[in-house]
Amino acid sequence: MLEKALRGSRGYGIWVAFLLFMVAVGFFFYLRQLDYGLGITGMSRDISWGLYIAQFTFLVGIAASAVMLVLPYYLHDFKAFGKITILGEFLAVSAVMMCVTFVFVDLGRPDRAVNLLLYPSPRSVLFWDVIVLNGYLLLNMVTGWTVLESDRKGVPPPAWVKPLILLSIPWAISIHTVTAFIYAGLPGRGFWLTAIMAPRFLASAFASGPALLILICLVLRRFGRFDAGDKAIQTLAKIVTYALATSIFFVLVELFTVFYSQIPGHMHHLTYLFAGLDGHNTIARWMTVAAIAALVSLALLIVPRLRQNETYLVLACSGVFVSLWIEKGLGLVITGFVPSPLEAIPDYTPTGPEVAITMGVWALGVLIITLFYKIFISVRKGK
Amino acid sequence: MKLYNKKMVIAGLAVFLIAATFPLWYGRGKAVLPPDLKLDTPAIERLKEKRCVEPVAYMRTNHRSLLAAWRDDVVREGKRTYTATDGRIHPIALTGTCLGCHSNKKQFCDRCHDYSGAKPTCWSCHIIPEEVR
Amino acid sequence: MAPTRREFLKMTGFSAAGLVLPFLPSLASAQAGTAGTVGSSPAVPGGLPALKAKRWAMTIEPRKCRPDCTDCIAACHLEHNVPDFKNPKDDIRWISLEKIGHVFPAEAHPRIPELIAELPLPILCNHCANPTCVRVCPTQATFKRADGIVMMDYHRCIGCRFCMAACPYGSRSMNYRDPRPFIGKINPAFPTRAKGVVEKCNFCEERLARGVLPACVIACKDKALGFGDLEDPRSGIRSILDKGLSLRRRPELGTLPQVYYIL
Repeated sequence: MLEKALRGSRGYGIWVAFLLFMVAVGFFFYLRQLDYGLGITGMSRDISWGLYIAQFTFLVGIAASAVMLVLPYYLHDFKAFGKITILGEFLAVSAVMMCVTFVFVDLGRPDRAVNLLLYPSPRSVLFWDVIVLNGYLLLNMVTGWTVLESDRKGVPPPAWVKPLILLSIPWAISIHTVTAFIYAGLPGRGFWLTAIMAPRFLASAFASGPALLILICLVLRRFGRFDAGDKAIQTLAKIVTYALATSIFFVLVELFTVFYSQIPGHMHHLTYLFAGLDGHNTIARWMTVAAIAALVSLALLIVPRLRQNETYLVLACSGVFVSLWIEKGLGLVITGFVPSPLEAIPDYTPTGPEVAITMGVWALGVLIITLFYKIFISVRKGK
Repeated sequence: MKLYNKKMVIAGLAVFLIAATFPLWYGRGKAVLPPDLKLDTPAIERLKEKRCVEPVAYMRTNHRSLLAAWRDDVVREGKRTYTATDGRIHPIALTGTCLGCHSNKKQFCDRCHDYSGAKPTCWSCHIIPEEVR
Repeated sequence: MAPTRREFLKMTGFSAAGLVLPFLPSLASAQAGTAGTVGSSPAVPGGLPALKAKRWAMTIEPRKCRPDCTDCIAACHLEHNVPDFKNPKDDIRWISLEKIGHVFPAEAHPRIPELIAELPLPILCNHCANPTCVRVCPTQATFKRADGIVMMDYHRCIGCRFCMAACPYGSRSMNYRDPRPFIGKINPAFPTRAKGVVEKCNFCEERLARGVLPACVIACKDKALGFGDLEDPRSGIRSILDKGLSLRRRPELGTLPQVYYIL
């Protein structure tokens, strides 16, 4: 089945070549990073996690969103999603591969990554994250590939696939809960020390993931001659609407708890996030964009007439994706570090090499998705 | 089973065999001297009995696992002395004990390491006294 | 019937695995240990016996510090080959000086006398009795010793910086670059670190093993830094702590820090 990814239209070839080029550029800068050290990025003593971990955090949410297709179809027989659960599973594979790659490029000593396996540390949340992420990757690779192959052969999938797919449902919940726990268990970082960190991750995942899936389905309809069906797309859009509303509600709830209680230590982080502190307002300006995008997108999605209009749907889904990419990416990670434990307000600006490496990893993920979806479409067309 | 693309497969196999056996035929007939290890450092000259921590044969094969065990002993267990098989007690220290006698890293350690292609990473942290004087 | 290409490849793969697998156990056991035995007699034969404690702790009396003094920092950073990158982004600090507004933000307020508000307070790793950094380390590269010292195993650290996120005190520094070129005067008796690992104060555990007190404690001409065994009722720091109220940084977090400030 892999050979189906090797043949395609001219447009397909150009797109794949472009992605390979971006991956190569990212790899080149990664070699520079290996040589110079992580100092080539904008990270510092105070802000010790930056763009790479921000992407990892956001992408864990995208990865888990496959469950939003799998759960209705396999648990509740929602037939409209039958054609596209594979799309969700392949998106999950691509997203998890990006997550793992981002963590890898963020390591100071990647040559020692195997220490994670040699010295298991069950009290460390990162240990569990390695397990659940890789387990989820394996699950989705196996189920997605097997279901697609059965489809190609025109036979029903083997019986052992169903329990694995059902397993992927709680497993999807676990990957973000564990990732949220990386942040939510640290006593010294008040911004992250909130019980609703895991629920917030879930809500934004179920908004951003399906939003991306909708955009992908619309692209496939336009360029890949594959139609997921209006019912599937509209149901996904309704899921995005409810999840986005919940995600916004969670942010408002955080704002209430912090600003009504008036505890300075807690207020400082949220003030920095939305308004800036002492003139340091770069993150605040990004968050303003994120907030406006979220609210506008919610409006577009809530009104059925607008949601059913493809142009507005594209706008809304893009808005959701970008808004949550900001909020669950740099918004979440950087704000945890500001103010620092010594009450300083450090700045963080990603450097050129850092951005190049980040784009290289995204290109790798998009390349994986492209190849998978090409195979998917070829199998579909062969029927 | 039918062999498709016979010419390409056999050509490919031939290239592979040539490349894989490269170390065996490339240096044939050329004499490469074994590493010449110099043990004439001032510290070793001063020793009454010129013995290392353990016998030479053991050190040659096991110094790597000895050092690996030592580093966990010191850092993780806090145990800083080593009682050798002959009963002598040595402080555990790469720079202090090993390089204390073998102060000529370039004429000793590096000779075998370069010959065998070993690249120990210890020196990125552990100090080579002759290089920081 | 002749095998298909797929079956042929599967056969080849399994045969290759079958050739390799019997050798794996011997590869694993090649990690032999030592021929002799290790112990903890004096690190230098004939040297001082190691200083031991049930619970090492430090007291700091910043009001004793003379103005503009940085002797503790200089001594520590010299002893341990701490680099100076001259660049706040990559800065590495084992011990540093900060004002009370930054060290005790919850207790500081506008009516504290200027004398105290401007006092430089030495801050360092608190060697907590319930350290968050140890809990989060995915390789146990940072671990707690029985005598209370929170150690760094630079051989094992993968540079993930989870410990830096976990530390509530900002005690840890990452080597974002190769530190060697930025070390002023290398102390050959102590290793440097390489790029890619996190480092911090180690309560001079290598000096304690030689029977000597930490470098900062010895370097302080004003005797502002005390060091000793909290569990020993006769230790110097117990008498310092008995004198009055001592503060620890962010005690409400439950980390049980073991650096006590007497202001």
